[in-house]
Amino acid sequence: MLTIKNLHAEVDGKQILKGINLEIKKGEMHAIMGPNGSGKSSLSSVLAGRENYTVTQGEVIFEGKNLLDMSPEDRAREGLFLAFQYPVEIPGVSNLHFLKTALNEIRAYHSLPAMESKEFLKLTKEKQQLVDFNANLMNRSLNEGFSGGEKKRNEVFQLAMLDPKLAILDETDSGLDIDALRIVAAGVNKLRSADKAFMVITHYQRLLEYIVPDFVHVLYNGQIVKTGTKELALELEEKGYDWLKEEVHQKESV
Amino acid sequence: MRNSNEIIDDIANREYEFGFTTDIEMEMAPVGLNEETIRFISAKKEEPQWMLEWRLKGFQAFKKMQFPKWQHFEMPELDLQKLSYYAAPKKKKQLNSLDEVDPELLATFEKLGIPINEQKALAGVAVDVVFDSVSVATTFKEKLHELGIIFCSFGEAVRTHPDLVKKYLGTVVPHSDNIFAALNAAVFSDGSFVYIPKGVRCPMELSTYFRINAENTGQFERTLIIADDDSYVSYLEGCTAPKRDENQLHAAVVELVAMERAEIKYSTVQNWYPGDKDGNGGIYNFVTKRGICKGNSSKISWTQVETGSAITWKYPSVILQGDDAEGEFYSVAVTRNKQIADTGTKIYHLGRNTRSRIISKGISAGHSDNTYRGLVQVGPRAANARNFTQCDSLLIGDRCGAHTFPYIESRNSTATVEHEATTSKIGEDQIFYLNQRGIETEKAVALIVNGYAQEVLNQLPMEFAVEARKLLSITLEGSVG
Repeated sequence: MLTIKNLHAEVDGKQILKGINLEIKKGEMHAIMGPNGSGKSSLSSVLAGRENYTVTQGEVIFEGKNLLDMSPEDRAREGLFLAFQYPVEIPGVSNLHFLKTALNEIRAYHSLPAMESKEFLKLTKEKQQLVDFNANLMNRSLNEGFSGGEKKRNEVFQLAMLDPKLAILDETDSGLDIDALRIVAAGVNKLRSADKAFMVITHYQRLLEYIVPDFVHVLYNGQIVKTGTKELALELEEKGYDWLKEEVHQKESV
Repeated sequence: MRNSNEIIDDIANREYEFGFTTDIEMEMAPVGLNEETIRFISAKKEEPQWMLEWRLKGFQAFKKMQFPKWQHFEMPELDLQKLSYYAAPKKKKQLNSLDEVDPELLATFEKLGIPINEQKALAGVAVDVVFDSVSVATTFKEKLHELGIIFCSFGEAVRTHPDLVKKYLGTVVPHSDNIFAALNAAVFSDGSFVYIPKGVRCPMELSTYFRINAENTGQFERTLIIADDDSYVSYLEGCTAPKRDENQLHAAVVELVAMERAEIKYSTVQNWYPGDKDGNGGIYNFVTKRGICKGNSSKISWTQVETGSAITWKYPSVILQGDDAEGEFYSVAVTRNKQIADTGTKIYHLGRNTRSRIISKGISAGHSDNTYRGLVQVGPRAANARNFTQCDSLLIGDRCGAHTFPYIESRNSTATVEHEATTSKIGEDQIFYLNQRGIETEKAVALIVNGYAQEVLNQLPMEFAVEARKLLSITLEGSVG
């Protein structure tokens, strides 16, 4: 579904990604871990097409298409979804109105007619129950006055509504207490399916107790330095990142 | 991917959508402004002597006045001697229904998106159409007549209800109020007149569409609305004008009078031609609008959505004379290209326990300049007066300007006056967030701007709100900063 080859990117002239290689197939759950500043969130920004990141080398193929050639909105319409680490607030725009606009833009891209209000409301209700999202938040202005946890849960609700092929969760666990974390994880688990893939970016192993990954990649200094299964996450939890950093530096000095 | 500059250029190059002209034979006054012109207009309109005398009084005042200098923009050179002050469609006869109206005229309104017939049937809107000075047809008159409501052209009111006109004309905006009001007093062409009798709640929105069509004519309408004790009326005013290279002057006067416990809600969606991207042409919208809450517990509410005109310069105001009276001002002013808006409100708290609320949302894009100027004045008798003002500016791009000039004068220590102001830019983060959900940048901006203006748009009657939303989206499509 997603193939990243030798991806290099910079922001403000500073190299952030230094040759990422990654293959994600349908139905897979990939976890990206790594210490602060290793480039985890930059990777999600580059994939989603944030303007201030410049790709200097490499390619990304998403469902057979060159992802890097597309505008951010077309990437979204092709089925790439980013759950933001810091979701923005948009005053005066209701959550539902925003979602309906988004959904119908995506449908229009695929030559589908706009969804009828009745059908939309039905879908809303269904998904809201699926991911256990507070119905009161749906008519409020988008993320305005939401708590940190509510914003993250809204991201998962949007993920359920827009039904993408590939979902990238950028530190969705940060700032969540244990109950909220469980609810968010349960929502994500319900959305897992054979034709969907997930890339979960996290700093801590904690989230991976609830969302069990097929693969764990460790990002350090703009490169994936280690790939393993969920056991790797446990090892990191136990030993921290320092042993990996040392390993990397030893290789470099050889 | 398109960058911000490209998108900004894009809106800058967008064509004015209502820039067509209509070929209808016009009867024009000779060019120039003098006593002769005024007598000509008055004679054409078959006015009584008192009306002519009032006009001449206005002209005398006008001659003694100078253009103001306090505005936050460079005053364009106005040669008032080069204008023609009267233009009327030639074949004039009494019309009984819309079917008798010149088809080309109706076609114009179709293009403007005002299907009058449809509006009549669906929305229950009575439309008094003002086309270059002369009111062409008035619908729904019958129904309003049954309730004793008078809704007609100003000219007709002068003939049929001279006592009412004489009693209230110039009582809110005197003939010598300011130079443009004085000019209007001297040469006003036509306009609307509304009288709601005691205890009557007007069952439909009253609406007038103004349109400037003929070249080199200024439009000087005059609107007078009187809501008698315990009555209610909601009045809508919408404007578009064809595209011309020359500037056109629009100097209207609106007077509102609310008696005991009466309420007047006045809504405007102004989309006059704004000029091209280099600032050539466009309407100078220099309008004096003022209402007086004469009676106790009366209420006047102004709502305006201003997207057009080369220069918008006006301060719809409320004089809160009665005790417990209430004044409101809700405004969205959008400027782009080289447009200028210097607008706001003036609220005079004279009575006890008077309240006012001002919500102003300025949106500037391109090289435009958007100023909020407001005065809240509390008089010595206005015990417990309360005012709340919120004025927000939204900037799109980095070449536009937003300014706020709030004036507060309080002569009563029990008064509470609050002023809040914010300035923000449409954030790249907001745009990116919406992009990431599949919404393209143009739509994203429209969504954000509509959300920003929500509080004001909510004040508009339903049909008008839909139109205003569309207008905001069209006006600002795709502007990112």
